[in-house]
Order: sequence, then C-alpha cells, then structure tokens
Amino acid sequence: MKTIKVSLYYPANTVAKPITYKLVKDYDLQINILHADISLNKVGKLVIDITGTEWNIEAGLKFIEDQGIKYKLFTKTIIWQEDSCVHCGACTAVCPSGALSMDKKEWTLTFDKEKCMVCELCVKACPLNVMCVSI
Amino acid sequence: MGYKSFDEINEKIKSGKAVVFTAEEIIEVAAEKGIKQAAKEVDVVTTATFGPMCSTGAFINFGHSDPPIRMSKVWLNDVPAYAGIAAVDAYIGATELSETRGMEYGGAHVIEDLIAGKDIRLYAESYGTDCYPRKEINTVINKSNINQAFMFNPRNAYQNYGVATNTSDKTLYTYMGTLLPQCGNVTYSTSGELSPLLNDPEYRTIGIGTRVFIGGSQGYVAWEGTQHNPAQKRGENGVPTAAAGTLALVGDLKQMDKRFIRAAVFERYGITIFVGIGIPIPIIDEEMLVKTTVRNSEIFSNIYDYSVPRRSKPVLGTVSYEELRSGVIELNGKKIPTAPLSSMKKAREIAAVLKQQIAAGEFFITQPVASLPAENKINTLEVRESSL
Repeated sequence: MKTIKVSLYYPANTVAKPITYKLVKDYDLQINILHADISLNKVGKLVIDITGTEWNIEAGLKFIEDQGIKYKLFTKTIIWQEDSCVHCGACTAVCPSGALSMDKKEWTLTFDKEKCMVCELCVKACPLNVMCVSI
Repeated sequence: MGYKSFDEINEKIKSGKAVVFTAEEIIEVAAEKGIKQAAKEVDVVTTATFGPMCSTGAFINFGHSDPPIRMSKVWLNDVPAYAGIAAVDAYIGATELSETRGMEYGGAHVIEDLIAGKDIRLYAESYGTDCYPRKEINTVINKSNINQAFMFNPRNAYQNYGVATNTSDKTLYTYMGTLLPQCGNVTYSTSGELSPLLNDPEYRTIGIGTRVFIGGSQGYVAWEGTQHNPAQKRGENGVPTAAAGTLALVGDLKQMDKRFIRAAVFERYGITIFVGIGIPIPIIDEEMLVKTTVRNSEIFSNIYDYSVPRRSKPVLGTVSYEELRSGVIELNGKKIPTAPLSSMKKAREIAAVLKQQIAAGEFFITQPVASLPAENKINTLEVRESSL
C-alpha cells in the first residue's frame, strides 16, 4: 500500500462524471479529498490523496486519464524549518487548505502535512523565510 | 495615596521578595484575590510584545582607521547606512534594502548578523579632507571590533494597531502581510492583553527613562515615539481603539540576543524587523492593578480596508482581540479567518523572562524622569507652496 497526492483538472464537460466513486468501487482505492473547486459545466479542480496498492493506483490513474481528466502528481513537499520559526502566524493568513494553523492555547504554529496542497503561498508569505519547498 | 513607591518596589526586588506576574497571569490573580488584595500583594506586572517594527535601527561607531577617513557614504554588506554625522558614526535603518540583493537582504539583516557576531563588509567613501585624508575604505567589522553599537528606534511598541483586510478583487502585499481578495482574511498585530502600552493606557508608569527589555538586553524609553498620538479615541477603560501612543527605545545592540530580534521580509512590501520588547509595570496603587487586568475582550480595534491606498482608509467595523484570537470574525454577515502577525508565543516568552529577571533581582524598575505627552496633535503632510 502506498499513498500519493494528485491534482485532477476537470474540463467543463466532465464534472458530472462520478470519478471518485469509480476509483473507490472499481480500483479499491481510498480517496481523501483535500480540496475541491467544482461547479457544473465549469472547469474544476480536485486535490486528493489516493491510498492503495501500486497496481491499483496505476490502473486508477490510467482510468482518470481515459476520462479526459488531466492529473498532476505532487512531487514536492513543503518543509517547515521549525527551529527558525518565531510563530508569528503570517503564513496562516494565506494557507488555503488549513494545513498551517495556530494552536490557540500555546500560540504555536502547527503544520498538518496531510492537508498541505503544496500551493507554496506560505513560502512567500513567511517573513522569516522558514518555509521552503523540497523537490 | 499609593500603596507603594518605586523605591519600595525596588527594595523588594533587591531582597528577592518581589511578587511578579505577567499581564496574562494577573487577570486570574486579581479575579481570585480581588483588586484590593492583589494590588497590595503584587509588586510588578510584566508586559511584552514581539512584532514587526519598521522604525528601528542602530547607531554604530566604527573606530578610526589610519590614515583616518571622514566617511560620507557607508555601506554595510551592500546596504546603505546614513553617514551624515561625525567621521565614523553611521545609522543603519532596518528597512533599507541591499543595493545588490534587493528585498532579500537589508538593514534588518545587517542588525541581526551583527547581533549574531557575524562579520559584516564595511565599505565607505569620502571626499577627503586635510584632517581625514583617506577617500575609501573596504574592510570587515563585527560587534567585538567596533565601538558603540546601540539601537535607537524612533517608533516601537505601538499602543494598539488597526486590523487589516482587503475588499478588492486582487491580492494585496502589505506591511500587514498578504491580504486575500474579497475579505479573504484579516490580519492583526498586537499582543492584546499582554501588550505594554495597553496595560498602562494613560502612561502612568511608562515614561521617559523607563527601563525596558529590548531584544534581550536592558534598554530605556528615550522619548515619545514618532506619531505618538495619545489623543486617539478611547474606550471607557482608557484603552485606545486604534493606533495611539508609541515609544522611542534605545538599547545596547551588543547585548542583544537573536532569539528576541529577527529580520523579516514582507513579500513585495519590503524589509522590517521583529523586535522583542518587555516592559515591567510597577503596581503602585489599585488603579494601576486594574489597568493591568485588561482582557482581550475589552480591547477593540478598527478594521481598515487596505484596498484604498489613501491616508485615511475606510473603517469597516470594530472587533475585540478576543474575537480576533478566536480565529474567525464576522464582518457584514461574512465569516473571515484571522491571522496574527506578531508572535504571541514570543511575547509570552519575553514576559516570562522579564518576570524571572525581576524575581531574581536582575532587573529593577525605574520611575520616569518625565511623562510621555498626554496630549498631542498628529500633523499630516500636504503638498504646500513655500510660505516665504
């Protein structure tokens, strides 16, 4: 079993297709939706974690492609250099996924890697340059 | 009549018997013991903040070279410093940008590198005089081979500050951080109930000469800060509802610690510096105790629309720091996520360090030698014709 993170880019005419249902039912994949921006008859974007066997993941990705949906694998990750962080919270102002948030008791920054969509907005928003991208 | 004089409190600090709490802790203490008893028992309340403060910089004296130079232009790691003062004195301002690296490195980074003990490239030019014949010098300095290096910050520790949002359709890059379109976020930058001037809103104990914790060292309030505006609108508790008083602070850069002062870059805005400040408030009477028990729910701030790039930005509403700290505020029926820009964690660390230093007899309080102005008028800059 392994987990990958992908962005799916839906052309306007494919939004009505039950893609995630098929991935679960036909390919035995666990889908965790991290971000969805989908409206009927409009171009859509879905960011998901896919967990399954290597074989099923590959078959599932081929199925996605066959439906006319482009996908992009997340190869990069965000690295938080916690030692240099002053926990100001400026990065939480721009984080769209809620991966970066403030602990409201200790007022420390928390980083939930699972939720991160690697949009890289925090890299620029951090005044101390402690967020960086790994390839 | 007060319960205690500054001298009495210092005697207790000296004997290691001073009772000290942070401005957060005192809220509970006063609730438990009652104001009267708490005012009797507590000697000092510590306040702190750790936020970006652009109006920060340092005077440096480099020592004389042989043959000597009257430096007229100075660069430190390619960042221009102001040299229009005596021969080898200069002022490096936090927001000055590097001439070779732009917004990536600036005066704030020079200050941080100096504090960290790093070598800094000093390049200076001169027109040469009979007494100072040298016209150029290119050398390396660090904090152990220069003379005085003291921070002199014209405006620090703002007493409250406006909350920022953006009603336009495009992202704005400001000194209040990245503001997302259509009120996608709001940012704020004070430590609220822990903030120095919010705990002494009428400047009864904080004044000129007050000893403060600045960047890890002991410094002083030198003057009222620039744009000091005590006349700002205030609530019934005396706490201003927008940016009001400010402090000009001075401190020995050589004694500072990188843990409490950090260079910062705000995307597409520029360079600034996080300054860690702690100020002890002596509990001279009940009234002072009451002031230090101020809670986030009793401190309000205006929300300004930064999409209007004018001197007076529209006020969209008013929120309490309790609401801001909750992570979401409601504005015109819409829920908007909030984000802080000043570090509460660091502010707490400073308040705790200061508390410990006072309790250990290492930090004494000072009676101001003069009060901060309680009235003031803020002028604006107009494009004028000469009156001559």
